[in-house]
Amino acid sequence: MSGTFVGMPAFPRAARTAVRDTTLRGNLRHATRTIRGKRAQAVAELADWAELREAGRRIKDHTLRHLDRYLEQVEEAVTAAGGTVHWAADADEANAIVAQLVKETGESEVVKVKSMATQEIGLNEALEAEGIRAYETDLAELIVQLGRDRPSHILVPAIHRNRGEIRDIFAREMGAWGRPAPEGLTDRPAELAEAARLHLREKFLRAKVGISGANFVVAETGTLVVVESEGNGRMCLTLPETLISVVGIEKVVPTWRDLEVFLQTLPRSSTAERMNPYTSMWTGTTDGDGPRAFHLVLLDNGRTDTLADEVGRQALRCIRCSACLNVCPVYERAGGHAYGSVYPGPIGAILSPQLRGTGSEIDASLPYASSLCGACYEVCPVAIDIPEVLVHLRERVVRGGPATRDGNKVVLRPAKGHAAERAAMRAARWAFTRPGALRAGQRLASRTRRFHPRTLPGPGRAWSASRDLPAVPAEPFRDWWQRTRGGKDTDR
Amino acid sequence: MSGRERVLGRVRRALADVPREEVPYEQAVPRGYLREHGGRSVAETVELLAENLADYRALVHRCTDTGLPSLIAGLLRRHGSASVVVPPGLDPGWLAETEVTRVADTADGTPRALDGVDSVVTGCAVAVAETGTIVLDGSPDQGRRRITLVPDHHICVVRVPGQVVASVPQALGRLDPARPLTWISGPSATSDIELDRVEGVHGPRTLEVVLVTVR
Amino acid sequence: MRVALFLTCVNDTLYPDTGRAVVKLLTRLGVEVDFPPAQTCCGQAHYNTGYRHEAEPLARHFSDVFGEYEAIVTPSGSCGAMVRELYPRMGERARAEGRGSALAAVLAPVVPKTYELTEFLVDVLGVTDVGAYYPHTVTYHPTCHGLRSLGLGERPLRLLRAVKGLELVELPGADECCGFGGTFAVKNADVSAAMGADKVRNAESTGARVLCAADNSCLMHIGGTMSRLRVDMRPVHIAEILASTEEEAAG
Repeated sequence: MSGTFVGMPAFPRAARTAVRDTTLRGNLRHATRTIRGKRAQAVAELADWAELREAGRRIKDHTLRHLDRYLEQVEEAVTAAGGTVHWAADADEANAIVAQLVKETGESEVVKVKSMATQEIGLNEALEAEGIRAYETDLAELIVQLGRDRPSHILVPAIHRNRGEIRDIFAREMGAWGRPAPEGLTDRPAELAEAARLHLREKFLRAKVGISGANFVVAETGTLVVVESEGNGRMCLTLPETLISVVGIEKVVPTWRDLEVFLQTLPRSSTAERMNPYTSMWTGTTDGDGPRAFHLVLLDNGRTDTLADEVGRQALRCIRCSACLNVCPVYERAGGHAYGSVYPGPIGAILSPQLRGTGSEIDASLPYASSLCGACYEVCPVAIDIPEVLVHLRERVVRGGPATRDGNKVVLRPAKGHAAERAAMRAARWAFTRPGALRAGQRLASRTRRFHPRTLPGPGRAWSASRDLPAVPAEPFRDWWQRTRGGKDTDR
Repeated sequence: MSGRERVLGRVRRALADVPREEVPYEQAVPRGYLREHGGRSVAETVELLAENLADYRALVHRCTDTGLPSLIAGLLRRHGSASVVVPPGLDPGWLAETEVTRVADTADGTPRALDGVDSVVTGCAVAVAETGTIVLDGSPDQGRRRITLVPDHHICVVRVPGQVVASVPQALGRLDPARPLTWISGPSATSDIELDRVEGVHGPRTLEVVLVTVR
Repeated sequence: MRVALFLTCVNDTLYPDTGRAVVKLLTRLGVEVDFPPAQTCCGQAHYNTGYRHEAEPLARHFSDVFGEYEAIVTPSGSCGAMVRELYPRMGERARAEGRGSALAAVLAPVVPKTYELTEFLVDVLGVTDVGAYYPHTVTYHPTCHGLRSLGLGERPLRLLRAVKGLELVELPGADECCGFGGTFAVKNADVSAAMGADKVRNAESTGARVLCAADNSCLMHIGGTMSRLRVDMRPVHIAEILASTEEEAAG
């Protein structure tokens, strides 16, 4: 499978290709615009949206600030309810735990509920290497898996595909994975959904091991919550004998009551529904109903490094609704793949460089993948100030400084490739703290203005390849002001 | 060092800036949001439930307790059902007027066997008007989670107004987290094709909700 | 009231007409405006590109230059937002880094008295009809920092609706970013250009001949795109429209 992001090019280069792909642009434009309007409507239905958003922010912040205590409480409650809790510091540890648990059941295939955490750690590939086949059962994940593709959206990983492309993938690939697509499959969404239903049903009915993530884990009760639409989640959570849930440590909420906030804000923010079709909640195991064995794998994988950053830790409030992706003008044009991570869009641009560090080319470029327009912050149901964190991470890239990697305090060096910019910024600072220097520069520009081109060579082409330059005026404002004392001395 | 100690140690080091004695949970979260949206009479709340259920393509029916057996018999007939799964604690009277084959909900039944059953009839734990949601909690009249999942036709009986609440906060207050809970809002659906909603994927494609008034 | 015009470095250098328009407008409304000549740049480009430490001396300089005035008016949503939203944050960050409260204390005085032009007109002067005349069809693009950081809301539209002769037409997708974003425009030039082209196409579809905004940085990007795409529209700063009168019409 090509589902990895290793060696991804920097965001601007990947985005350039996407911007020129008219089919992709059309698909994204159509999908994000459809959902944008609906979300706004669903949110407007609740008069107390601002209060719910603030409560959500505060619940998450409080939990994160006392996360050690709440994680211990989760462990205690889940264990008391008949579950087993495992702890994984990184992706390799988590994958090894899950592979071992599957092997202990004697099974060689598993069915999966859509889960960002298991995508993040590359679980499917790790299981494949151990001879275990993982079947994705969410419709969009199925499209991605059958198409040997990469996810491009948090909620709808196949958002970059339109119905015609999905039809082609189903018709071509389903046979190799199990029940083939029906003869004469058309691109009607209802028919495509039906093809997925038939293809996956046999897998659900014979599955002995299910693997999921979770949207929330309630510390006081040990309850896990999975929010979904299709029923594939319910299938994986209730039909198998063994259930393994891989959950990021930031998914904890303190109390049962806290769900009253998120069960209102999450569905409206993600699918723009008053409530998603299915929500499953389970606490350990239940005699005679559902899996007999339940394992919870608590995953760090860069989360504690993120937690250590006082500005950046707010990214861990994220409840993975994808409202920020749907509203983002950059995401709409660059597409999800350009972000080089399972977490695309604005939240990905602040999450990936924190979870993985800013060492790689793609991760160092992500904080710049935004015009800082603030639409993401505006729609975020837990009020993550994404522009603030983007700017903070830009500083980390250009300046380096203290950070935490793999649990260790480190001092990062400034990233390469910003030397010219750094010099320019320093020169500008020098000039801007000396009004005389600024004025001299302005006058020089005005006097030579007849020789200014409308386009620029070299690095300036980045501007002038698509935009003309403004004409430089005959004199800067300050000269006019001084000459006329603000117009008082003109002949008007 | 175990994974547990490593992760917890990292968490504690990451939170070195957080004062030990911070505002406790009870004071950290302002709960200024509403317990329910809009003031409705009991009848209006039931009406809203019906509206919102229908909005997400559940088929809504209303009857009195005496009319329930014939209504259920009619729904099974109209769906063309030959068999129905029966939770162990379902009021036997509800199925008194139908001839279809009863299939018991037992621990040793298999998912594959359930796949051959046409319908399921259950009660519910609570219904939420503002969101058009019914919640099942595995009580004897609702059975194991899988019986409302594998068959393609689910008839869910809601006693009104007793089982109806206005809002999500009110529903959570009535539910026991120790029980396995399933919140259902309309039939199974997906938004995965072009972010547009299509009904009918893995869960029951037909959800019929009967609002029954107890006389 | 001692009112200072904070014109911004971009306007001072490239858009002096906007500065003249602000002076003319405020003078007409009876406000005595001063232009402190020591003013330079608020430091926004530095800050937003990741050079917060380089922005700090510029912020201090801003506070030195403007601290004594009763109100500071700027015809730029983004530079106004820099002072109002980000100066306090700079102070907090310095404190969190163990550098004490000195920076926060130096910057605090200018924060509450810095106003974007339309805010100053509507909230401080309490006017919406500024006596302007502008006989053109105009569409208005709310720039992101004005819209979301400062929350300008309806203020610019109320001012425009009161202008005689002006026909205001709604811009489709108005609240979407034009794609300028400071250094974003060059660091992610392809995406920026695509956003700009979409903004221009939307503007063109209104049939207006003038696209108006309260920030010349965004207008430089939109105008540059219009000119490249040979779209027959002009970008005009809202100050120039509001300054225009029947006696002295702006173009």
